[in-house]
Parts: sequence; C-alpha cells; structure tokens
Amino acid sequence: MSATTTLAPSPVTRWVILGVVGAVFALPIIAMAEFTMRRGLDGGYDLSRWITVFSGELGPAYAPVWQGIQNSVVLALVTVLLMLVLLVPTMILVTLRFPSLQRVLEFICLLPISIPAIVLVVGLAPVYQVISRMLGSGTWSLAFAYGILVLPFAYRAVQSNIEAVDVVTLTEAARSLGAGWLTVIVSVLMPNLRRGLLAGAFISVAVVLGEFTIASLLSRTTLQTALVVASKADAFIAVIFALLALLFAFLLLLIIGRIGRGRPGRTS
Amino acid sequence: MTLADPATRTSAPVALVDVVKRFPGLTALDGVSLELAPGEFVALLGPSGCGKTTALRVLAGLESADDGHILIDDRDVVDVPTNKRDIGMVFQSYSLFPHLTVAENVEFGLRMRGVPAAERRQRAGDMLDMVGLDHHAERFAHQLSGGQQQRVALARALVTQPRVLLLDEPLSALDAKVRVGLRDEIRRIQTELGITTLFVTHDQEEALAVADRVAVMRTGRIEQIGTPEELYSRPVSDFVADFVGLSNRMPAEVIGGVVVIEGQHVPLIDPDAPSGAVHALVRPEDIVFAADGEQHARAAVVVTTSFLGSLRRTRVRFADGVEATLQHEVGHAPGVGESVRVRLTGRPVAVSRA
Repeated sequence: MSATTTLAPSPVTRWVILGVVGAVFALPIIAMAEFTMRRGLDGGYDLSRWITVFSGELGPAYAPVWQGIQNSVVLALVTVLLMLVLLVPTMILVTLRFPSLQRVLEFICLLPISIPAIVLVVGLAPVYQVISRMLGSGTWSLAFAYGILVLPFAYRAVQSNIEAVDVVTLTEAARSLGAGWLTVIVSVLMPNLRRGLLAGAFISVAVVLGEFTIASLLSRTTLQTALVVASKADAFIAVIFALLALLFAFLLLLIIGRIGRGRPGRTS
Repeated sequence: MTLADPATRTSAPVALVDVVKRFPGLTALDGVSLELAPGEFVALLGPSGCGKTTALRVLAGLESADDGHILIDDRDVVDVPTNKRDIGMVFQSYSLFPHLTVAENVEFGLRMRGVPAAERRQRAGDMLDMVGLDHHAERFAHQLSGGQQQRVALARALVTQPRVLLLDEPLSALDAKVRVGLRDEIRRIQTELGITTLFVTHDQEEALAVADRVAVMRTGRIEQIGTPEELYSRPVSDFVADFVGLSNRMPAEVIGGVVVIEGQHVPLIDPDAPSGAVHALVRPEDIVFAADGEQHARAAVVVTTSFLGSLRRTRVRFADGVEATLQHEVGHAPGVGESVRVRLTGRPVAVSRA
C-alpha cells in the first residue's frame, strides 16, 4: 500500500496535469467563443450574432444548418437503435452461447477503426446504390454506415460492462426461475448493462454528430456538412453552431451520466 | 397455503438414466444413472472435473444431454427448456440480480409465473422469514454478506415451490464458519419443505453431513452411491475410500481373505479380494495408541501432532519407514520424536492393488 502511495502523483502534480489537459480542451472552445463575439475590424465584442441565431432571424442561407441538425439527430437516434437492436443482442448471444467466437466478434467490431473513412466510402458507395433503390435516399439511411463506424466504440463500452457483470450466471439464474429469453434480456441483462449501453449510446451519438467525411462524400446533409456550407457564407455563425453542437454533446453526457447512476439504493 | 406446510407440497422423484454428455475432446458424463426419491437429499461428490456439475446442469437444462433420459416426476424433460422444468437452483457464484432488492429478487420467479402482486409479497416475505432475512427485504445484493446473499438465493429458488432443488456448490465461496451454519440451515429447510434436492460439492465432509445419500463421481461415472455410513465404512473402491474421509495408504498383503498390515491381521471389506501385495486404506480412527505389552502393538515414533479442537491427529513412523496418521482424543498429546506403540482396531479395511 505504501508503495502505491509513493508512486501516486502529488496533489500539485495532479492539479498541473488537470490544468494542462483542461487547457488543451478549453482553449479552442474559448477561442471559438471569442471569435463569435468579435465586432469586426473596429475591435470590441458584442453578442449580436448569438442574438441573431436565437431570435430566428437567420436568412434562408442557413436553412441547411437547421436541416442538418434535424438529420443528425435522426441519424443519431437510428444509429443508437441499430446498436441496441443488432450489436447488443449479438454480444449477449456470443457471451452466452458461443464464447469461442468472442475474439472473432471483437476483431470484426474493431475493424472499422483501422479503415480510413474514404476507403469505407469507396466500399459503401455501391452498397448505397442498392439501399437507395430499396429504401430511398433519405439521410437517415446514412445510419447504416454510421452503425459500422461506431462499432469499435460501442463494442468496447458494452463489452467492458458485460465483463464486469456475471452475465452467464444471471442468465442461468433467471432461466431457472422461469424467465424466457426476452425477459432475460429486457428484465435482467439490460438493467445490469445500463452503464455500458448508455456509454455506447453516448459515444455513438458523439461520433454521428462529429462525422463529416462519409456524409460529405455520399452527398447527405448533416450538421457537419451544413456547417461547412454555412461557414462559407458566414464563418461567425458557423462557429456558433459548432459551439452549440459541443454544448449539446456536453449536456447529453451529463444527462446520460445522471441516468447511469441508476436507482438510489444501488450505489454503495 | 403456507410455505412450511409439507402436506400441500409436491416433491417429485427425479432420475437421470444413462445420461451422456460430451464436450470436444472430453466425455463429461459417461452413462450416468441416478435416482432421487421424492423429498430425498442426494449429494453428488467428486473431485474437480469429474462431471458432477455437468450432471446437475444437464438436469437443470442448462446443458443438453447427448444421450439418455432425464425424468422429473416420471416425465422425460430432455427436450424441455430450463424455464419450463420447474426447478429451483442455487449457484456457486453469487447470482442475485444486482438491480433488484432482496424482496424483488425473491419475487422474481413468482412474477414469471404470473402470481398476483399481493400474494408475491406475502410468499416472498414468508420465505425470507424462513431464511432469517425478512428484515433485509429492501436491501440490494451488494449490501449483503456472501452468506446472506446465498440465503436469499435459496429463498428465491424455493419460493416458487419447485419440484426439485439443485444446489451447485452453494457454500464454496463462503468462509468456514458461515459455510457450516448455512449447510445446516439448508438441511433444516430442505427437511421442513420435503423438497427433492441434488447437492453438488467437492467437500466430502459437507456431503456426508447433509445428504441422505451420497453419489461419488469419477471421470464422468458414478463410482458408488449409498448412505454416508455405507460410503465411509464400505467403500467399493480405493478411489471412494480415498476420497471419502481421510485414509492412510499402508503397504500390506492379502492372504486368504484377510489383510496383513504391519504384522497385524485385519478383516477385509471385500473378502473376495485376491491375494497379493496391496495398499490397505486405513482410517485414522482405526489406528490407536496401545499399552506396553499389548498384543499386535508395534513400535513407532511420533513425526507430527496437531490439535484440531475436538480431536488430535498424530502422524507416526514405523520402524520400516511406513507412516500413518492416528486420530485420537485431545487429552493425549505425545511429543514429536516420542516413542509410542500403536495397533489397528481390527475394523475391516479396503485395499487397492499395490
């Protein structure tokens, strides 16, 4: 124990590390906020652009941004849904019935992280021709590509939770008590995997909100592609939307973190 | 219906008939047959890897049998899924649902059976009362000790009044004192409810203490099944003799239906054992200290002696280098290196080929 105490950084060192890391994150955001409040070449600051955004007085040139926000929210929801409906049951199935396939599943799930987005798009383009014919070319269909993109992040988040909970014993206990498979997954496993599922969902939302390459190359309007367009008309307004997107992601993190704490009696 | 009313309870006969279970490169169960009478408490005992847990899991439906029949209440349940077998099960690892309170855990099985909420609460409360944890009903699993968690798991398994109770080494994660206490509690509750019970353990003391009958398993087969007394006093093989209770393996010779150990003639458990060199399996309580000049007594030197509370174990070495352990009353405490005289009591012993 004493060795651990000796090896631990001193409070000062910890604060320095925290300060440096905090600055790395905070400085660009502060710079962006400062940029949006500049009054122009004559110097000084005001909130006129923020007021313009919130008063709804933006011209039709910014319509793609609103459309992009709507599309991105839909994409985030569909992507999370895909993760919950396809990835999570697959992971549970592999853990319970096919543990020997664990490594294979992990490899498949981690694969997208090693493939550059541009390469993915080259592969996905012909697939999307088929998807467009079958399901239309709505922006929501981009969720299929995003479902692949978020696999590595969602997999790790959920898998760490599965490893922390004795999924096999809980399942067998529930089955021995008369529970069917759907009840086992919904009433026993999901509540105990809530932290992993929320973490996976949050990471998926963050990835979807920040994704640009695939959406741009497949010619879909999302928040990121719309911001690029908007920045050509007014860079200040584009940065305001970028800041609002960051704020949205931050609030999402807070909400998910609060939900993830679970029932009051659970935490010791 | 009250929980403690055995008259209203249905306890079912259970049977495994020639059950075979194979895993890649391993036959875990090699034609296992075992019958449990209604209300009987049977322990499956054996070393790690002998197949005892697999047998229990096959009975529970958590593993499928490759061959054979599993009868619960005279109905073959081989193709019946676990959740339809009407069993109660307590696992080796703590298996309470972490997101539910103790009461909700116990009510879970009743909820699965569509029991109305008021009756659920009543029955869960009664069962928690039976295991002495009614005052912990609103706690969560992480707020309980290991022993308390296993008692809740027992209550959860029993509250649905299953036809058979399966216990998969439920005490092995607990410390010694809690283990003995819970072991006796399980037996008390099982007797009170009269439920057919299969108890898997690798601890022979545990098995002998609680079970009506004990089945000793070895490499996927049942080596012997009998009452604890039968297993202890009349083992059918040296494996059983060695596994059930502490045994000394002493070089000996079978001559004409008796075995000669350290010059003393002792009857055989199996009088038909062929003549020749053998190892005699002698219980520590079957060797005693002898007075000077006592017939058949042999000289030996004390190697070690251990105080075990209610008794003492002393290891001695004979002149020919053979060592043996004696179990005796604590009042006699020989010193290490002391010269003593010992003899066998003359109770029949098992032998194995040397």
